[in-house]
Amino acid sequence: MAFDLKAALLLTFGQTMQMVISSLLAAIIIGGSIGLLLFLTSNTLFLKNRAINQIVGVIINITRSIPFLILLVLMIPVSKAIVHTSIGPNAVVIPLAVAAIAFFGRLSEASFSDVDNGVLEAAIASGASKLSIVLKILLPEALPSLIKNITVTAVSLIGFSAMAGTVGGGGIGDLAIRYGYQRYEPEVMFICVIVLVLLVQIFQIIGDSSAKKLDKTSK
Amino acid sequence: MIEFKHVSVSFTQRKQFFEAVNDANFKIEKGEIFGIAGSSGAGKSTLLRTINLLQTVSSGEILVDGENITNYRRNQLRILRRNIGMIFQHFNLARNLTVYQNITFVLKAAGKSKSETETRVNELLNLVNLSDKANSYPANLSGGEKQRVAIARALANDAKILLCDEPTSALDLETTSSILSLLKDLNKKFGITIVIITHELDVIKSICNRCAVMNKGSVIEIGDVYDIFTKPREDFTRQLLSHTNHFSLPEEIISKMQGPIIRLTFKGDNANNPILSYAANTFQIGFNILLGKIEYINGLPLGILYVELIGEADTIKLAIEYLAANTADLEVINHGV
Repeated sequence: MAFDLKAALLLTFGQTMQMVISSLLAAIIIGGSIGLLLFLTSNTLFLKNRAINQIVGVIINITRSIPFLILLVLMIPVSKAIVHTSIGPNAVVIPLAVAAIAFFGRLSEASFSDVDNGVLEAAIASGASKLSIVLKILLPEALPSLIKNITVTAVSLIGFSAMAGTVGGGGIGDLAIRYGYQRYEPEVMFICVIVLVLLVQIFQIIGDSSAKKLDKTSK
Repeated sequence: MIEFKHVSVSFTQRKQFFEAVNDANFKIEKGEIFGIAGSSGAGKSTLLRTINLLQTVSSGEILVDGENITNYRRNQLRILRRNIGMIFQHFNLARNLTVYQNITFVLKAAGKSKSETETRVNELLNLVNLSDKANSYPANLSGGEKQRVAIARALANDAKILLCDEPTSALDLETTSSILSLLKDLNKKFGITIVIITHELDVIKSICNRCAVMNKGSVIEIGDVYDIFTKPREDFTRQLLSHTNHFSLPEEIISKMQGPIIRLTFKGDNANNPILSYAANTFQIGFNILLGKIEYINGLPLGILYVELIGEADTIKLAIEYLAANTADLEVINHGV
C-alpha cells in the first residue's frame, strides 16, 4: 500500500498545531498568572510575600528540573483523569502544558521584573489601585518582552511535541521519527524537518514583529 | 501644611540596623517652596517618600493639612496620594504609553469620566506647553519635555502638594532652569506647596523659600534659604556650600599682590550702599578689585568681593576697621608685604 505522505503530513501537522497551540494557551494564561504572582510577591510596592514566593518558586523549579520524557510518563495518570485517555495528542497536551506553564512562568516573571520599578512607583504615588496599575501600566510595559518569551516558549513546545510519539501523541516530529528514522525513509524525515523549520521560523517572525510593533522604547 | 513630628525611619538590612531618617521634626508651610539638601545617602529621599507614605515610618507622625496620615491605608491612602503629586529624577513615565495615555491613566484611576478626562488632559498639556506632543511616546521626547509630562501627570488630580525627587538632576543647565521656572509659576499660579529634594544647591538657591539640610539621616539645619546660604550655622552646611561656591582667588594671584587682600561679604541692605567708594574718599586709599560677584537669593543680594588695598599702612588699618563695621563679613586673606 502506497504511503500517502501528503495526508500523513496534513494529519500530523494538525496534531502538532493542536498540541502546541493548546499548551501554549495554557502557558500564557496559567504560566503568565504564576509569573505575575511571583513578581507581585517579590515586589514591596505590591504584595511582597516571601513565603508564597518561595513555595511557588520551588514548585516551578521542581517541574522544570524533570526531563520532559519523564514528565510525559509521570503525567499519564493526570492525563487519564483530565482527558480520559493516556494516548493521542489530547493526552500529550497535559504534560506539554505542565512543562510550558513552568517554563513560561519563569520567563514571564523576568519580563515583569524588567519593568522599571520607578514607573510603577510613580503609578502607586498617583493613588491608582494596584489592579489598575497591573492592567494598565505593568502589562503594557512588559508586553513586548512577554511576547518575545511567548515565542521562545512556542518554539520549545514545537521541540517538546516531537517527543510526543513516545506516548502515541502523533505530530510531525513523531512522523519524522517513525517513518523517516525507524523505517529508514530519509525523504519523509527530511520533509518533516523542513516543515518544522518553517514552523519555527513563522512563529519567530510573528513573535519578533509583534514585539517590535508594541515596543515604543526606541525612537 | 506638612508637619513632621519626631519622624524616624529605620531598616534592618543584611542584619544591620540602619536609621535612614532620625527624628525629623519640622513644618512645611502652605504655599511655600521648601528644599531639602544633603549629599547622597543623607536620607532626603526617604524623608520625602514618607509624605505620601511610599515609605512607611518607624515612629513619629506626619500631619498633612492637620490630619495624621501616618496610619492611612487603602482607600484613604489612595485619596491622599491623588492630592499629592510627585515627580522623579528619571521622570518615570510609562514608556509604552503615549503622553496622553500617561496622563489619562491617573485621571481614570481617580474615577474621572471620559469627557472630564479629555478636557483636563488638554488643559494640562497646555499648562506645560506640550499640546503638540499628546500622541508622542516618551522615547521621542527630550528630558525637559519628559519632566513636563511628569509634572502634568503629577498635577492631574488638582494636587495641592508637589513632591520633587531630584527633579533636575538628569537635565542640562538650560533645561533645569526652564523646569525650575515652570515649578515657580505653578507655585505662584495655584499656590501649590512644593517640596524639592536635591543635591544641587543651585536649585535650592534659585527657587526655594526655606530649606532644610540633612546629614546622616538627621535634619541639622533649617531656615530661610538666604540665611542658610549667607550664615550657615553648622560645619556640614558650610562644607556643602563650599562645593557649590567655586569662588575663591587663585594662590598665584594672592602671592603676586603687594598690598593686603581682603574678602568682603555684603548682605541684605549693606550690599546696596557705596561703602567702598566712601572708604576710598575718606581714607585716601586705592582699591584694586580682584574678584567679585553679587547674586540674588530669594530676591535678596549677596555680594562677595576680593579687594587689594593700596595706600599707607596706618590708613589701610583704619579703612579695614571701617569696612569691617559696615559689611557683613571681612576676612583678611593676606597681609601684604
